[in-house]
Amino acid sequence: MTTNVKTDLENKGRSRLTVGQKPRWTWAACLAGSAVVAAAVLALIGFNVAGWAVLTAVLYVASMYVSTVVLENRRKATNGLWTNLVFGAFVIALLPLVSVLWTVLSIGLPGLLAPGFLASDMLGITGAVDQQSVNEGTSVLGGVAHALVGSLLITIGATVISVPIGLLTSIYLVEYSRGGFFSKAITFFVDVMTGIPSIVAGLFAAGLMMTLVGPGTNVMGFSAVLALSVLMIPVVVRSTEEMLRVVPNELREASYALGVRKWRTILRVVIPTSISGIASGVTLAIARVIGETAPILVTAGVAIQTNWNLFQDWMMSLPVYIYRQMMFPTAPSAPDASEQRAWAAALVLIIIVMLLNLLARFIAKAFAPKKSGR
Amino acid sequence: MTTTTQQSALHDPKSAGGRAGDKIFSGIALTAGIVILAILAFVALYLVVESLPALTAGEGELTNGKTSFWSYVGPMMVGTLIASGVALLLATPVAVGVALFISHYSPKHLSQPIGYVIDLLAAIPSVVYGAWGMTFLGPLLVPAYRWLSENAGWIPIFAGGYSQTGRTLFTASVVLAVMVLPIITSMCREIFVQTPKLHEEAALALGATRWEMVKMAVFPFARAGIVSAVMLGLGRALGETMAVALVLSPGVLSANLISAGNQTIPAEIALNFPEAFGMRQNELIAAGLVLFVITLVVNMIARWIVSRHKEFSGAN
Repeated sequence: MTTNVKTDLENKGRSRLTVGQKPRWTWAACLAGSAVVAAAVLALIGFNVAGWAVLTAVLYVASMYVSTVVLENRRKATNGLWTNLVFGAFVIALLPLVSVLWTVLSIGLPGLLAPGFLASDMLGITGAVDQQSVNEGTSVLGGVAHALVGSLLITIGATVISVPIGLLTSIYLVEYSRGGFFSKAITFFVDVMTGIPSIVAGLFAAGLMMTLVGPGTNVMGFSAVLALSVLMIPVVVRSTEEMLRVVPNELREASYALGVRKWRTILRVVIPTSISGIASGVTLAIARVIGETAPILVTAGVAIQTNWNLFQDWMMSLPVYIYRQMMFPTAPSAPDASEQRAWAAALVLIIIVMLLNLLARFIAKAFAPKKSGR
Repeated sequence: MTTTTQQSALHDPKSAGGRAGDKIFSGIALTAGIVILAILAFVALYLVVESLPALTAGEGELTNGKTSFWSYVGPMMVGTLIASGVALLLATPVAVGVALFISHYSPKHLSQPIGYVIDLLAAIPSVVYGAWGMTFLGPLLVPAYRWLSENAGWIPIFAGGYSQTGRTLFTASVVLAVMVLPIITSMCREIFVQTPKLHEEAALALGATRWEMVKMAVFPFARAGIVSAVMLGLGRALGETMAVALVLSPGVLSANLISAGNQTIPAEIALNFPEAFGMRQNELIAAGLVLFVITLVVNMIARWIVSRHKEFSGAN
């Protein structure tokens, strides 16, 4: 009766199913062993926490592989190795995110909470003022009001130009073109436009305005609006096109069957159906261009005071403000004040971008067409 | 009866207002398309016209005693390519790993939140990454540079000293890698989840481990998509300006990755264009044209790969 004969392993409390598997606690043993070995190795050459964590991880992955080869087989060991590596890749990807957010919060939050940071501009903030505040330990003066105004105006301007052009183009592509040469050309060149480096868009806008209004006066908010529009239009076209394409054809046909004209069908049926997707796509496009630095730097220049006029004089924006404060501190001998302002501005910018992203998700969810119930 | 007359006025197919409306609306839509083509033609034309003086300039005409335009832009081109290449070498394995983690390894209910977290990486503006690389990452990497310089100095890319501030081409590449990671990840993820379920289940049913299933079912399906995702990431890295402008302390081209020096085209433009005039401006615009052409070629190759494999890959 062979079925009644128990193997040695089963007598030790293991079932036949788990024979040939490594014990459950292998990973814990490997981890503990790796941590100890890593600490010992680093104790010889100087201990630091980051090095210890990295070395432990490497040793853990290696020891898990070896122990699985020994206890099970090579195929299972390879599988485990790649599982560990994939998890490791995810952890590695999280490190810079955590690090950036931590840096921004730890340096930027005190700056953001400094009195008047959001309400004042940099007029009258000279190196001497910074030097004094650092020496005496008082709160850093100066703020981002002018940059906020500039970013707001430039982004609104770019949206006003890009959204109609982008929306109408995608309407043409989806509703009117019949896959002819012209629509293929538009699709292709929109792809090309998506790949334009932002600095090249800035060069183009700066140069175009120089030809139109002459050198010197061409540095103004409107040049930056043009540059950002070049970057924003293709994003709007692509997202809107996708949204229009998912509108079911039955809706259009039902409208035609009632004798409604095509343009009214588009305005009253197609666009209302897809408006949530279009709006969230536009919001994401805004979130993308509001962080662009290089095109604004070469078109709108830099300024220290609030300028409400898009068509005259240099204009500051948030990303350029961060760049200037980082690269050219107001007081070169006391750069801490400028750095704090830069990180606080970065915090403001990140908050704006996050809010826009959340808003886009909210729009997409809240105003999505109802699928049932009618 | 008023309702019927109103209806007929609204919906009468022969009403002149409706027909005119149709014509006007389609005309406006067509115009918008033409405007886009015109803008792009304008960008290209403007870049070429403004570059011509610099491209055709002979010796002595260029600023700062450069002998020819190509000797000026050539080293920066190489610098741009090295920075982007190293960034891709660093980013691609991690990005593919993260995409696999989201699509095949993480618990199902966690994959969407994890996707949001990776999208957060894409939401942070480039200038913030630049500032982070300049003040945090650079100094953090200095000990590693010192070690490399002392122990691996015989390798050409580490030869000849190291930077005390950490503002080197390698730091810039790491920052670029962080920036292109979410792009590659999100594209790869979209392709990975489209792998036919039957292929995966067939592999598992034959006794394959999860890794063997990924190797035999997922990767062959997604290969073209991964390549084009990497190419699109390259297009982004090539044109990235502020991260490099903030991180790198520029200088002449050297093969050394860990000391100050080297320069990329976009950073050169951003740093010098605001003060440039005359021939210097033409030089920078011509450099922009070169960058435009390079990114255009890279992006077109990526799209071409996608379109060639359209039938069996979800990469579009």
